Amino acid sequence: MIKKSKTLITVKYLFLILVSIISIYPFYWLAVGSTLSNGEIFKFPPKFIFGHHFMINYNNLVSSQPIWYAFRNSLFISTVYTVLTVYISALSGYTFAKFDFKYKKVLFGIILLAMMLPMQVTLIPLFRISIALGWQNKAQAIIVPALANAFGLFFMKQNMLSIPTEIVESGRVDGANELTIFHKLILPTSLPALAALGILSFIQQWGNFLWPLIILQSNKSTTLPVLLANMVQKGEVIDYGAVLVGAVISILPILLIFLFLQKYFISGIYSGSVKG
Amino acid sequence: MLSKLFNKKNSPYLFLIPFFIIFSMFVIYPTINSFYLSFIRTNGSKNVFVGLLNYKQVLENKEFWISLYNVLFIYVVRLPILLFLAILFAVLLNSPTLKFRPLFRLFIFFPVLIDMVTYSIIFSLLFNENFGIINYLLGLIGIGKIYWLSKAIPAKILIMIAMTWRWTGYNTIIVLAGLQSISNDLYEVADIEGAGPIAKLFKITIPLLKNVILFITIMSTIGTIQIFAEPTILTDGGPGTATLTPIMYLYRYGFNSFKFGYASAVAYIITSIIFIISLIHIKFSAKGGD
Repeated sequence: MIKKSKTLITVKYLFLILVSIISIYPFYWLAVGSTLSNGEIFKFPPKFIFGHHFMINYNNLVSSQPIWYAFRNSLFISTVYTVLTVYISALSGYTFAKFDFKYKKVLFGIILLAMMLPMQVTLIPLFRISIALGWQNKAQAIIVPALANAFGLFFMKQNMLSIPTEIVESGRVDGANELTIFHKLILPTSLPALAALGILSFIQQWGNFLWPLIILQSNKSTTLPVLLANMVQKGEVIDYGAVLVGAVISILPILLIFLFLQKYFISGIYSGSVKG
Repeated sequence: MLSKLFNKKNSPYLFLIPFFIIFSMFVIYPTINSFYLSFIRTNGSKNVFVGLLNYKQVLENKEFWISLYNVLFIYVVRLPILLFLAILFAVLLNSPTLKFRPLFRLFIFFPVLIDMVTYSIIFSLLFNENFGIINYLLGLIGIGKIYWLSKAIPAKILIMIAMTWRWTGYNTIIVLAGLQSISNDLYEVADIEGAGPIAKLFKITIPLLKNVILFITIMSTIGTIQIFAEPTILTDGGPGTATLTPIMYLYRYGFNSFKFGYASAVAYIITSIIFIISLIHIKFSAKGGD
């Protein structure tokens, strides 16, 4: 076999360490920055260690911004959306994976085409529909349109293809109706896929920015990304200490999810891409 | 009762009802309606059919072309870098002899977790011209102050750096998944024939990753043309129009000045460009394959 030189191996590790530092540093800096006063944030040379201003920054944030409203709204929208989109994607993905019916190919083709469609092309009509329905500043304006989740359907279909058809047949032999088969047999066997899609959907909705920026205009209906973006708008005095505490609040839930469900998270990105 | 309703024949249609009702209302109808609106001008409360006037005006608008040029520039420069880094990281992380593999993997994936707004805010501070750590570190190695936010070329580079930081880990996961589907036998045969690591990379790994590379390419095409949060927060499209993007342009015309017909024409032009670029990639990759 070819002998690898020691230097090459050292270079490889040094490179990976450097890349790791670059990947992690912005998170570390966010944590540090949230504990610094505005004067310390804008100090040269920059500070690398934690300060003592976290509570002051936090109090400034809470007294000037509806941060916990935004947190609650983000949590509500992301959770409800995740549950619904996982259920609907599973149900329709299962249908495309395991049933034969009229126009199946045409319908699936339309869904594939929709996956390539940029969301922005629907933005203006979506705005007009939402206004007409009275959904301005309402969570459903974010949740409901996003449930037309072509990617989710596609993702679940790919995963459900590998479920043995015998499972479905055994349910039919037992005299169960198709809806019961889906609930009692299909959903439990697809738990890893459901979890993966769930995590991806939650994270995507948690960071959703453009559409909420347009349709959620009131203080009480705002979500975290919209609130944070408003706080750093150009041409206004920006309290960066408070902004960074807000940023910490906004990434903590995702970090927690990741820590507990890392396995599903990575398998989600895997199966969302390559199996397709 | 339920078993009659949900029999084998009805069920597929019933199961698809929730999805397709929402899909029709919030994807199909808006897509068609947007097309219709792109031929319309609103005059008071009246809709006036204006033919191709909106399209003509968009295509004659200099700012629109600049916004398009900006994202195409970012796309063309960034895509090879992204592919190179994702493949490099994936190959390194895929090596079974690598120590601390799970830890390196975790670190490289980490940026995937942060949302567009939050990471843009962090980057605006890291790249702050006077106080940011980047200019500080550059200063330590003797490079003078770079005007990341107030000069055109550095501002574009900043957007590229930010997007590369955010998306390389994500694409590394995808390439890794692709790598793991390549059989080890191929590499063993190559070893026997005396192929070096570079030859293996270009003769085995990259050809077999063709589909993965195509997937990443198409997703980055769509993603780059649609960038909005990063330039909005980092540079507000500036300096001047140096980092203005088509979606920012759409947002300004559609929702700040409520020119719905004009904005719809913009949306359709952007969509057409995305479709054309995606088709070219698919064609190109089908031709290149054996």
